[in-house]
Amino acid sequence: MAKIITKNLNLWYGAFQALKNVNSSIEANRITAIIGPSGCGKSTLLRVFNRMNDLIEGVRTDGEVLIDDKNIIDSGTDLVVLRKKVGMVFQRPNPFPLSIYENIVFGERIHADGITRDKLDEIVEGSLKDVLLWDELKDRLNTPALRLSLEQKQRLCIARLIAVKPDVLLMDEPCSTLDPQATARVEELMRELKSRYTIIIVTHNMQQAARVSDDTGFMLLGELAEFGKTEQIFTAPQDKRTEDYITGRYG
Amino acid sequence: MRKFKEFIIEKLVLICGLASIFFVVLIFLFLLKEGLAVFKTVGPFKFLFGKSWYPISEPAQLGILPLILGSLLVTVGAAIISIPIGVGCAIYIAEIAPLKIKETLKAGIELLAAIPSVVLGFIGMITLVPLVKTVFHLPTGLTALSGSIMLAFMAMPTIVSIAEDALYSVPKTYKEGALALGATHWQTIWRVMLPAASSGILAAVMLGIGRVIGETMAVMMITGNAAVMPNSILAPVRTLTATIAAEMGEAVVGSEHYFALFAIGIVLFVISFAINVTADLFLHKRQ
Repeated sequence: MAKIITKNLNLWYGAFQALKNVNSSIEANRITAIIGPSGCGKSTLLRVFNRMNDLIEGVRTDGEVLIDDKNIIDSGTDLVVLRKKVGMVFQRPNPFPLSIYENIVFGERIHADGITRDKLDEIVEGSLKDVLLWDELKDRLNTPALRLSLEQKQRLCIARLIAVKPDVLLMDEPCSTLDPQATARVEELMRELKSRYTIIIVTHNMQQAARVSDDTGFMLLGELAEFGKTEQIFTAPQDKRTEDYITGRYG
Repeated sequence: MRKFKEFIIEKLVLICGLASIFFVVLIFLFLLKEGLAVFKTVGPFKFLFGKSWYPISEPAQLGILPLILGSLLVTVGAAIISIPIGVGCAIYIAEIAPLKIKETLKAGIELLAAIPSVVLGFIGMITLVPLVKTVFHLPTGLTALSGSIMLAFMAMPTIVSIAEDALYSVPKTYKEGALALGATHWQTIWRVMLPAASSGILAAVMLGIGRVIGETMAVMMITGNAAVMPNSILAPVRTLTATIAAEMGEAVVGSEHYFALFAIGIVLFVISFAINVTADLFLHKRQ
């Protein structure tokens, strides 16, 4: 069953239309990649799913975005509940200037009152194990997170997100600041996580989309030009524009 | 010829650059020379912790503890009032206020900084002093509390503008990260923005307090100027600065009294210097 469905989704930044009539259906427990040249609206689309676009002044959205059959574009949507359920990993790793431990329990602290230390310890261990950082960091959980390497920071951000127990992970070019080895390891992590989450990744890196995703959407000038199984998009695209892009004619 | 011109300009700029340090050193040496002379007649310990300041009685009693406590009381009071309001105002301007209100508030804060302290002093004298008198049923409204309230207004512009700057320069990615985890706006401010801006905010507070300690005119006008040991914030006090300003004109040059006033100057200099250095440390930590 589809986890996220967009119907006739349009979005404007002031007078500029950034998304044009986007219709898509994203499945649970799969990795969906959104590719396209820069400025095509792929990050904007991703930020619709957790309403991060609300931070920008002058944004207007219409159409429907159903997550578990609830229209989250609706003005009555509780953003705290939505963002707990739909988490996001950013382009630049952004751990808070707190300790490693406090970064991971941040979500728990803001969402639940009176949690015990044991419970928090458990969350920290579980989340760090999920992102394969536990062995590296278990002895220095109280050191500042800002001292970690870029890759560790990005993993920590994923751990911090998992600790909130979301359903959907939105990843906005999560590997763009990482070197090829670190990128490969984060991609491996994504594959491991997909059995439990719905993952949507925006990437400008076509090879990454081909390697890691199950479904791919290709965006151009605010339109979702083509959406389908990754294999098909990369081997037998239906749309001429997709073919031109993946064969490197522009981008 | 061109080279010569360059040389002259370079040296001129160098002299300008060194001048400021040179004058500070000169001032400090002069203070030391005049101030340390007082210790020929009173010991440093007795000077700092003596409880009586009767500089023109015979023999003169030169203990500045009442003055130090007076300054401390007024400053702490001003800090207690101005820090929460100032930081709160900075949070409002940096994070919450819509653009129009933000611009108005910033202009207002700058205007507050532009009010001469003597003007603040007489406004306080006419409005605040009678109010303190009636509210607390005191024989006089010229108290440390009045001074604290008035000086809070002087510290506020410094605190607000530097703290606002510190909050503004917190990377936007922190805010996005917290919001994306489902934090409310206030949780984001309290748990992420404030800790991230903490060193800048501390520096703001230190600089604000530095301004209060050095302030003379307003405190002289509304704190009552009684150089006695203060027993409450509702009693008249006299600060270090007000003592120098009030007595320097009548002290006989070369007398004990005259040297003692310079020694008070040294004490003030050291306090201000310590505060500024601490603030500087915090600011550098931030960068």
